[in-house]
Amino acid sequence: MRSKFDEQLSQLNDMLVEMGAMIEKSIKRATEAIVNHNKKMAKKAISHDKDIDQMEKEIEALCLRLLLKQQPVARDLRLISAALKMITDMERIGDQAADISEIAKFLIGKEYIINLENIPKMAELTAKMVTESIDAFVKRDLELAQKVIDDDDAVDELFDKVKEDVIKLIHDNPDNGEQAIDYMMVAKYFERIGDHATNIAEWVVFSITGRHVGEEISADIGS
Amino acid sequence: MKFVLSEVNLWYNDFQALQNVSMDIKANEVTAFIGPSGCGKSTLIKSLNRMNDLIEGCKITGFIQLDGEDVYGSMDVNLLRKRVGMVFQKPNPFPMSVYDNIAFGPRTHGIKNKRELDEIVEKSLHDAAIWDEVKDRLKKSALGLSGGQQQRLCIARALSVSPDVLLMDEPTSALDPISTGKIEDLVMELKKNYTVIIVTHNMQQATRISDKTAFFLLGEVIEFGDTDQIFSMPRDKRCEDYITGRFG
Repeated sequence: MRSKFDEQLSQLNDMLVEMGAMIEKSIKRATEAIVNHNKKMAKKAISHDKDIDQMEKEIEALCLRLLLKQQPVARDLRLISAALKMITDMERIGDQAADISEIAKFLIGKEYIINLENIPKMAELTAKMVTESIDAFVKRDLELAQKVIDDDDAVDELFDKVKEDVIKLIHDNPDNGEQAIDYMMVAKYFERIGDHATNIAEWVVFSITGRHVGEEISADIGS
Repeated sequence: MKFVLSEVNLWYNDFQALQNVSMDIKANEVTAFIGPSGCGKSTLIKSLNRMNDLIEGCKITGFIQLDGEDVYGSMDVNLLRKRVGMVFQKPNPFPMSVYDNIAFGPRTHGIKNKRELDEIVEKSLHDAAIWDEVKDRLKKSALGLSGGQQQRLCIARALSVSPDVLLMDEPTSALDPISTGKIEDLVMELKKNYTVIIVTHNMQQATRISDKTAFFLLGEVIEFGDTDQIFSMPRDKRCEDYITGRFG
């Protein structure tokens, strides 16, 4: 029954997984660029952003085609509308990885006055959140989606640590200001990536349950 | 509540077409009945104004109350059908003029005064959103109208006897999208003054025009609730499989 439609939904899943992998790669390249002064990786992450944008357009076109031709209802409608919302967050993550890489490019050749230890931690955690949120979507795994949402607290904690470092750096020597601000920006981009991954996970929860995160079970439509 | 149904069972000889159907149908709402062919939705709609009385071997148990009054009690069937009008899948205008089609019901109920009849005809045609299209051809045969116009004429004919409830059995399945759109707009307008119960195989139509939806399967009401809930988050898997087209 509706095998063509099911085939197209499966294609949508595959494309989301592919876009998720592209984003993960971008985050890793941006991290490599910033941590190890790797210009090549910075360039790759920046140019890769176009591919991510293109992927977003393709997924959006597929979703609109499905809405038009299949007139989905119930779980199909939730799935397609969630996918449409998710790709916006995914595209923004791509932008932020490119933004981090731009800063990395600017810092190449300059000696770091600060210890970057929290940046790779933020990078690793946010990349994992992205992967797991897409995984949760494909497997309809509510628990995994909730884990991603919870993990955002850890990203926020790391961001707070970076903020403290930055304040200290500027306090110790105002000449550190420029690099401290760059450092702060990079951390902020990672913090935003965490927020976008959380948004993705929240859309996963909606696609599975029909409720937005935070909505009471008793607020179930029609009850 | 306009209709209250309680444990309604219906048999056509040995075949049980409805099983323990209980539901409350609110006044001034549009209630859609959906489900696969042969699931009992048309049978139930016909039970509401006792159209099944005409079928030999039909037996019904349980209660159907209209405004608190037992439909299968001592109620006058002609008056019941005046209160609960019906529009069918295929437009079925009488082979007479547009005017006489509309005046037929009121005349049957004893209205003879020409001015009164004129008023009823004009109002009914207005309410059915077809007045502008037929006002200059009231004396011409209704059979000359298009399918969509004929269906709105049939709605006007049902409205001419001032019913409370309008039953519609797949009223747009034989119509083109433009006529369908007009009927759908009309239904949403009519619910201000009438209670509408519509059988439809068109899921999008049910989502567009109804407030409540009942999903039928093998003579049972499987799920009944707000249309928005049924089409976004149905509770029953069979209902979800049906509306998403994966039934079977």
